[in-house]
Amino acid sequence: MSFRIVVLAKQVPDTRNVGKDAMKADGTVNRAALPAIFNPEDLNALEMALQMKDKMKDAEVIIVTMGPARASEIIREAMYRGADAGYLLTDGKFAGSDTLATSYALSLAVKKLFPCDVIIAGRQAIDGDTAQVGPQTAEKLNIPQITYAEELLDINKSSLTIKRRLEGGTETVKSSLPVLITVHSSAPECRPRNAKLTMKYKHAKTVTEFQNEDSDYTLMRDTRPYLCISEWTVANLDADEKLLGLGGSPTKVKNIENVVLTHKDASILSSSDKDIDLLMKELIASHVIG
Amino acid sequence: MKNVIVYCEITEEGHVADVSLELLSKGRKLANEINTQLDAVIIGNNLKEIEKEVFPFGVDNIYIAEDKRLFPFSTLPHSNIVINLFKEIEPEIALFGATSVGRDLAPRVASALRCGLTADCTSLEIGSYEDNKSGQKYDKLLYQIRPAFGGNIIATIINPKTRPQMATVREGVMKKEIVATSYKGKVITLDIKKYFVDTDFVVEIIDRQIEAQKVNIKGAQIIVAGGYGIGSKENFNALYEFADAIGAEVGATRAAVDAGFAPHERQVGQTGVTVRPKLYIACGISGAVQHRAGMDQSSKIISINTDPEAPINAIADYVIIGNVMEVLPKMLNFYRKNSK
Repeated sequence: MSFRIVVLAKQVPDTRNVGKDAMKADGTVNRAALPAIFNPEDLNALEMALQMKDKMKDAEVIIVTMGPARASEIIREAMYRGADAGYLLTDGKFAGSDTLATSYALSLAVKKLFPCDVIIAGRQAIDGDTAQVGPQTAEKLNIPQITYAEELLDINKSSLTIKRRLEGGTETVKSSLPVLITVHSSAPECRPRNAKLTMKYKHAKTVTEFQNEDSDYTLMRDTRPYLCISEWTVANLDADEKLLGLGGSPTKVKNIENVVLTHKDASILSSSDKDIDLLMKELIASHVIG
Repeated sequence: MKNVIVYCEITEEGHVADVSLELLSKGRKLANEINTQLDAVIIGNNLKEIEKEVFPFGVDNIYIAEDKRLFPFSTLPHSNIVINLFKEIEPEIALFGATSVGRDLAPRVASALRCGLTADCTSLEIGSYEDNKSGQKYDKLLYQIRPAFGGNIIATIINPKTRPQMATVREGVMKKEIVATSYKGKVITLDIKKYFVDTDFVVEIIDRQIEAQKVNIKGAQIIVAGGYGIGSKENFNALYEFADAIGAEVGATRAAVDAGFAPHERQVGQTGVTVRPKLYIACGISGAVQHRAGMDQSSKIISINTDPEAPINAIADYVIIGNVMEVLPKMLNFYRKNSK
């Protein structure tokens, strides 16, 4: 029986590099202006999963992501770095899911992949920063959780030991398996793409992507089953549709405001000696400094 | 009972954490607005007289669960106590600190109760809501207000149908305010055997290295903060030098921390610490909403930036257009000259 590690990852808009055209004139987000990337902490999680695979015999790393068709990009990316297989949860009925509905869908996918030994995910995604999906998935799977993992210290068939990053320091914890882990950005960065694996998996495609390919590709795919990235819809998961999407999300967005700044009457200064001298005199005189 | 309840975190020293006291202060106001009582739940070990720390914040009922295994925090026993208590007392609103404990615990609780949870709120208000589709009206809902999408928008989140309405809030966002030193509520000691089982201790804590906070940017009167625009860890030394001279602390943006220019404990903003110093000097900081949410309550703000259009300039009292590496040494120089 092999050791199974499931990585939960998300493709996110790169909100860290928001340019001036990231917001449209009407105050909504211009998604087209933001590149879609592998959520950074999910890459830390992938690395920790690969470290587990390095230490365990017969271990396999499976990546699961929920999103639109293009999210298959991060599945391939994970395969280039060492993941063995990928599943894309994609269905219009997932749209609008909050963290509770998302964790419901993810937990059903993980259950379909049972028995799993370790489920691992980044602490949070940079588009929402909620850090909720990990613990909520653990609760739905009825397994323990270890949040903010920083370092894998030990792993064997029945347990693992993890160093966690907390506000004031670190904590080392040991848990039996299965367990769900969320990984902090202070954990090791993900290893780069492996050239061999990149060659092996560059033609890996989902069924949707495969439909537009020619017969040569079909031939190749028939002989290399690992090129198939599985797609699961709501029907595949036997999900209760009422618990998914907008309808299954208890949180509602009442309104969204683009952040509009009302300018204060700021004093505009240059970096000249005269301006800086005057500023420091003013700050000292008004007891703001000193 | 439809009350407001705050999960009170216990510090290494055995006291109620500041973030929890801040939430009790906010919780008291919310409870007044929806005309209900304020509850607190405290889980830990050696909690003798802990109620004295929270009653002055206007707490009406304190639920205490005490056992030597309940400190330090462990997810399963703490979450099972909270889940079972919430099932019993049915709170209307439940607040948690957006700390490593709160952000581990609250989502697990929300998942078990199938209720909505909003992370890292920067503001909590009471208001009404009308569902355009169903035409249904909701009175006195909790508005959970937070930056989203990398801080480019501010979203107001509500949970119309599920209870409790849950939110986490970071330390420093709400003000700590005592209602009355003589305020007295009721202590309710929980029979812990009813709330969790021994197998909940499946995650074993082997070692803890928790240090007292070395950096105290939250309490600093002056903060010299650097952004990604500072360019390198070495360049940050200019900030430390200036901060040392004027008696300030050094802060940093998330981008600067992510780039390794400054340690995480110096991060100011939505995912860091919220500060309200009397002077905030923003060096090479463009001013993402998430950063501004953590410092816009500063009494005075100076922005040093080569970009006259940087969003932070809009909330600054002084805008210095220039390169931080040139301006800071000049400021240090003229500070020394003028303060003599």
